[in-house]
Amino acid sequence: MKILAVCGMGIGTSILLKSNAEKAAKDLGLDADVEVADIGTARGAASTADVVLTSGELAAELGDMGVPVVVVDNFVDGDEVRSKLGAALEL
Amino acid sequence: MQEPSLSHLLPVEAIATGTEADDWRAAIRAAGELLVSTGATTSAYIDEMQTAVDQYGPYIVIAPGLALAHSRPSPAVLRTGLSWVGLAKPVEFGHGTNDPVRLVVGLAAVDHDGHSSALSRLARLLADPERLERLSGAADAELIHNTISEYESSEET
Repeated sequence: MKILAVCGMGIGTSILLKSNAEKAAKDLGLDADVEVADIGTARGAASTADVVLTSGELAAELGDMGVPVVVVDNFVDGDEVRSKLGAALEL
Repeated sequence: MQEPSLSHLLPVEAIATGTEADDWRAAIRAAGELLVSTGATTSAYIDEMQTAVDQYGPYIVIAPGLALAHSRPSPAVLRTGLSWVGLAKPVEFGHGTNDPVRLVVGLAAVDHDGHSSALSRLARLLADPERLERLSGAADAELIHNTISEYESSEET
């Protein structure tokens, strides 16, 4: 599966999301690739993704992506990403 | 290619403590001025970081009390680097769950992922709320830098 981490600039929060999402996928036993996109390229990149991870403000900007959008509040807390990702994928 | 270490990207000269800032713009400016004084960016990058918040909102407040001020790779970025500003008084950024901010980390990067190990390591260091609180309020830049260096060596062994 493919997890897409979206942030505004593509160098800060998305890097942290990617790192947390890779760890979460491993903990959840998912065979997942985590890709990073900035807000400008997210819509195109989401067409091949199974789930999108981003922040509250950017989720509002992205709108309906056609796949589950997981809103992360704390980008240093790996547990939050794991539990929200698990819930979104109904694991 | 070997990525630069966290303690190298965040030298002690890029760490300020007890900084007075009246609002989020001033807090970001303080983090930007350290990126400029340590040679990571030109002063144009300060405006770029503030514009990023104008454009996308306060999502750069990545955890309770912690803002990661940054913009895109641009001509204003001379090399990848980090800065650290502990605030004398907490500052509101307008974030729904993570306000107020006590610590602003400034980030400038020449590309999208050359700093990913160092930044992820800093995130793990600051993931412990008690440690984040303690380091946000610490007065001694040397002590903060030593804590980071020690954490870095502990993860490498």
